[in-house]
Amino acid sequence: MNRFLKFVHKEFLHILRDKVTMLILFAMPIVMTVLFSYAVSSEVRNINTAVYAPGRDYLSSQIIEEFCAHKYFSVKRVVDSPSELKTVFDDGEISLVLVFDNNFAENAARSKAQIQILTDGTEANSAAMYANYAQGVINGFISRYNHLDESAPVVSVSVRMLYNPSGKSEYNFVPGVIGLMLLLINAMMSSVAIVREKERGTMEMLLASPLPPLQIILAKTVPYFSISSVITVMILLFARFVLGVPVAGSIMLLVSLCLIYVFLALSLGILISTLVKSQLAAMLISGMMLMIPTMLLSGMMFPIESMPAILQWISSVVPARWFIAALRKVMIQGADITLIAKELSVLVGMTAFILAAAVKKFNVRIDI
Amino acid sequence: MRGGFVPKLLVMMPVMMICVFPFAANQEVKNLKYSVVDNDRSQSSAMLIHKISSSAYFTLSGFYESFDGALRSVEQSEADVILEIPQDFERNLVLKNPQSVMLTANGVNGMKSSLAVSYMQGIAADFVGGMLSAQMPASEANINIELKPYYLFNPRLDYKVFMVPALTVMLLTLVCGFLPAFNIVGEKEKGTIEQINVTPVSRLAFILSKLIPYWLIGFFVLTFALFLAWLVYGLLPAGGFLTVYLSAAVYITVVSGLGLIISNYASTMQQAMFLIFFFMLIFILMSGLFTPVSSMPKWAQAITTFNPLKYFVEIMRMIYLKGSGLNGVATRLLSLALFSAVLNIWAVISYKKTE
Repeated sequence: MNRFLKFVHKEFLHILRDKVTMLILFAMPIVMTVLFSYAVSSEVRNINTAVYAPGRDYLSSQIIEEFCAHKYFSVKRVVDSPSELKTVFDDGEISLVLVFDNNFAENAARSKAQIQILTDGTEANSAAMYANYAQGVINGFISRYNHLDESAPVVSVSVRMLYNPSGKSEYNFVPGVIGLMLLLINAMMSSVAIVREKERGTMEMLLASPLPPLQIILAKTVPYFSISSVITVMILLFARFVLGVPVAGSIMLLVSLCLIYVFLALSLGILISTLVKSQLAAMLISGMMLMIPTMLLSGMMFPIESMPAILQWISSVVPARWFIAALRKVMIQGADITLIAKELSVLVGMTAFILAAAVKKFNVRIDI
Repeated sequence: MRGGFVPKLLVMMPVMMICVFPFAANQEVKNLKYSVVDNDRSQSSAMLIHKISSSAYFTLSGFYESFDGALRSVEQSEADVILEIPQDFERNLVLKNPQSVMLTANGVNGMKSSLAVSYMQGIAADFVGGMLSAQMPASEANINIELKPYYLFNPRLDYKVFMVPALTVMLLTLVCGFLPAFNIVGEKEKGTIEQINVTPVSRLAFILSKLIPYWLIGFFVLTFALFLAWLVYGLLPAGGFLTVYLSAAVYITVVSGLGLIISNYASTMQQAMFLIFFFMLIFILMSGLFTPVSSMPKWAQAITTFNPLKYFVEIMRMIYLKGSGLNGVATRLLSLALFSAVLNIWAVISYKKTE
């Protein structure tokens, strides 16, 4: 036990001496959490709109007024000729164009008028949203206009938003960002640390020492685990007090969940380190190859239910998916342990599996 | 190249990115689950529920006797929305008494829940309108307007088309920006760089000798990615291959410059790794690749003007979707050239200083 502690102590010193890395390790997650919680969103903020209404009649003017008054829309430009419509999206300022036909008011009253809603399909994600909102505004106008004589609608729909009454997008994204950061930082740290020893040839020295391999591995990870814990707490504090994301559930549960996940990430890093020979490869796998599936398939940015079945299946292998789901439940919904039982057991199971594989691979290496 | 691992990675990554991820990366809200607490159990309430279930957006998760039961389903993530139909729903409908149905949504995902709510409201309004108009003739003063949304350049709003050009950006950034940086820092760490400094080889020649292999690899990877995009999706750059390669060439110099700067400031691979990871993540997430720049707050949008990835993503999308040739992408290309100049000058200066 004494030897073990000495090992841990030595590892700690190694890490602490590298001031640049320390700075990055502590400053980076904070900066990124803040940045991405605000930057990574699909919220509709300001839809810059242009209008083409050749008739300039009372009806089209009223509809345009609706858009001017709407908080999401900003009518910035009036298009004067149809040929301008081809180039209106080119400079990237305008996101949506309303095109009223000639004789708009007359057609609307007598037969049928038409409004074309043009959006830039190259931004497919936002184009559909903007068009939907625009249709909502116009439809709202139409039903109000047509029912001016009648009494209030017979059936109204009252809405209540649970957990997030003001609909802030941070609530959804912050747990995702935390999941990404914790996974990548820990996996990268541990994988590179071990491989570095291999590369420098100091691994043989370690293995010649009286400690069993498993303890060597653990000795390497304990310092990173402690550092990670501090970073995790920092991120959570930041999320709570600076970003305003609540912690509705029990703090103990929250912290335990995070620590399990950190341990999983560290184990993943260890496993990676047993599979590669160079620091470069370790970094590439733990950095790039973990990052991409985590960003795309974990549910942090793109809803899992919208994916084709096979990708949903693959997503269940991505550890971040379970962590982020559980974190959302605990932080925002205030869930208790029974509600995240499934996620917790998956995470623990994954950790055990990864660690077992890592130890096995580690032993195999030594025999060779 | 040494280490059979990196070439394997360079083949696998494009395949993975281009074939799998465009299917995943979209923001469409589908398959919303809803629970129902039907206090009326009348024909009308059944019709309303049927109408909701048969829409493309919603799947019925279950019927519950009380709100608390339904709430549990939301907590278990089995439902996103709860619909409560009040008692006497049908009766009040017939008597035209004002009444309301209650929607409770899981607000964690703000966009999902607000879309769920607006879809539900739309369906409910449709339902009521259908019942009412059956009883009342259309008024003379009503206006009749037809709405036609058009999605220019991408009429079917094909998300895959949207993503593919953007994903090639990530590949180029990785191969030509960061791999050379690692290479150089790796040499620094091993100390072999000192040996080079003693030789008569000029610094410029040294750097170029490091970069050029990666540039070539970058072009190979790009060509491979373009080929895959054509093979799997039938996508061709409408704006022409020349524009693609020219833009890629400029972009490559930008990321190489960035990689060089980092390699100057980092003394170990680990430091380089974290620095690069830091920049890469920021660049990718703030480039408009996954989430639109217009959704960011103003200060974040201002930051994106300094992100070279953003310009290249726009260029690639314009070439593939709008068919923009050199004319169309000229301004953005010039911005990239400016980035390249600034970054490479900085790289040269910082190289001299750290020696």
